[in-house]
Amino acid sequence: MKYVDEFRDPEVIRKTAEEIRRLADPDRHYRLMEVCGGHTHAIYRFGLKDVLPANIELVHGPGCPVCVLPMGRIDDGLSVAEQPDVIFTAFGDMMRVPGAKGSPLEYKARGMDVRVVYSPADALKLAQKNPEKRVMFFAIGFETTAPSTALTLMQAKALGVRNFTVFCNHVTIIPAIRAILDSPDMRIDAFIGPGHVSTVIGCRPYEWISKNEGKPIVVSGFEPLDMLQSIVMLLRQLRRGEAKVENQYRRVVPWEGNRAALRAMAEVFELRPYFEWRGMGFISQSALRLRDSYAEWDAERQFSIPGLRVTDPKAAQCGEVLKGVLKPAQCKLFGRECTPEQPIGALMVSSEGSCAAYYNYEHRKAAVA
Amino acid sequence: MCLAIPGKIVELTPESHHNAVVDVAGVRRRVDLSLLEFEAPQPGDWVLIHVGFALSKISEEDALDQMRTLRLLGEEQAAMEEVRGYGLGEAAADERARAPEALGPSQSPPAKRGAA
Repeated sequence: MKYVDEFRDPEVIRKTAEEIRRLADPDRHYRLMEVCGGHTHAIYRFGLKDVLPANIELVHGPGCPVCVLPMGRIDDGLSVAEQPDVIFTAFGDMMRVPGAKGSPLEYKARGMDVRVVYSPADALKLAQKNPEKRVMFFAIGFETTAPSTALTLMQAKALGVRNFTVFCNHVTIIPAIRAILDSPDMRIDAFIGPGHVSTVIGCRPYEWISKNEGKPIVVSGFEPLDMLQSIVMLLRQLRRGEAKVENQYRRVVPWEGNRAALRAMAEVFELRPYFEWRGMGFISQSALRLRDSYAEWDAERQFSIPGLRVTDPKAAQCGEVLKGVLKPAQCKLFGRECTPEQPIGALMVSSEGSCAAYYNYEHRKAAVA
Repeated sequence: MCLAIPGKIVELTPESHHNAVVDVAGVRRRVDLSLLEFEAPQPGDWVLIHVGFALSKISEEDALDQMRTLRLLGEEQAAMEEVRGYGLGEAAADERARAPEALGPSQSPPAKRGAA
């Protein structure tokens, strides 16, 4: 493992890796899914695969918010940028994600007012400073970022800021896990649960995975040792034939989640009946929209939005990679038509996307060797 | 966007109970504390920040570990860029205007890189 010596307690890491070897049944193939894109990035960056036995396969999950957004939503959001007096704001991660008519960055180059913000609160501030403009925030993210959007909307309402809207693309992690478990071409033995999403939702929402589906899940931190310890915990459960929700990331994740965050989300958002995910199709009750009491700040109600459905380029296999059915390098476009410099699919854009992670750490390494 | 950035609360902002000035590797920005309503954050506490909002209170040891993790992940620069961007990059100027003795020019961007 590349960074083992730079890291605190390399000896503990080696011992934990030995423990994994001891616990893994050599006659069995394990498929463990890391749900969160942050974990995917860390796994490649730290070279964790190199310390795991060959029969432990890490399958990358759908937890990269930029990656799961279907292209039509990007075009829908950008259609607002084309309207007069609009300032389109989004996180930096979104800027290079291609829509059918270009990425936000390309819209900016064409003269549209497109700006990066680092916090939804800054988009609100921009609206306050530019009362003659209409500021729209293109919101993405799982439960980690949804509470911040909710609080910003609550502030907009309290302050009576009328020239601020949110184009809401917030999604929720549980229905995505359910869709993966329901998918006939998926066989997952256990889950490495997301760290920061769980800070908000806690561990209880995962209980059905163990109780009803019989799969272990361990909420994990992001350091190499965290992830290796989580794998030890999963293997112990599998060995004993148990299925429990465990929390390896206790120093940050409370079992009950963050009450203030859940309350803010409940105040502002309601579940959409269904929402389209890239490559996974429509998943019921898997995304959030603004409640009627926030209609004034809802870009989908304040602007006329085309409601586009754009299919991904035919040759791109983002969906299969997102579901973990294909490895990034098995996609026909990987590393040729689709690279981090010229991305075709969003998985190649975000550092949390499995294609970008694989390209940056495995593909380049192979190219140098 | 999913970066969790560790910072230390320097002072609570009296005019707005949900705001605080937080220090991240020498860069000071206003961060929203509303999500810690039930945890009574105080100056000196360490927090994990997501998109300008503190989402959890952590120990100092875990904060330092988190900074090291960001560095190992190659995300430290992105994290510092994000923090400098909070308040559209203007919070430092606000702070200086309000309390000139509290913040020297060394804290305003570009701050020294914390890679040492």
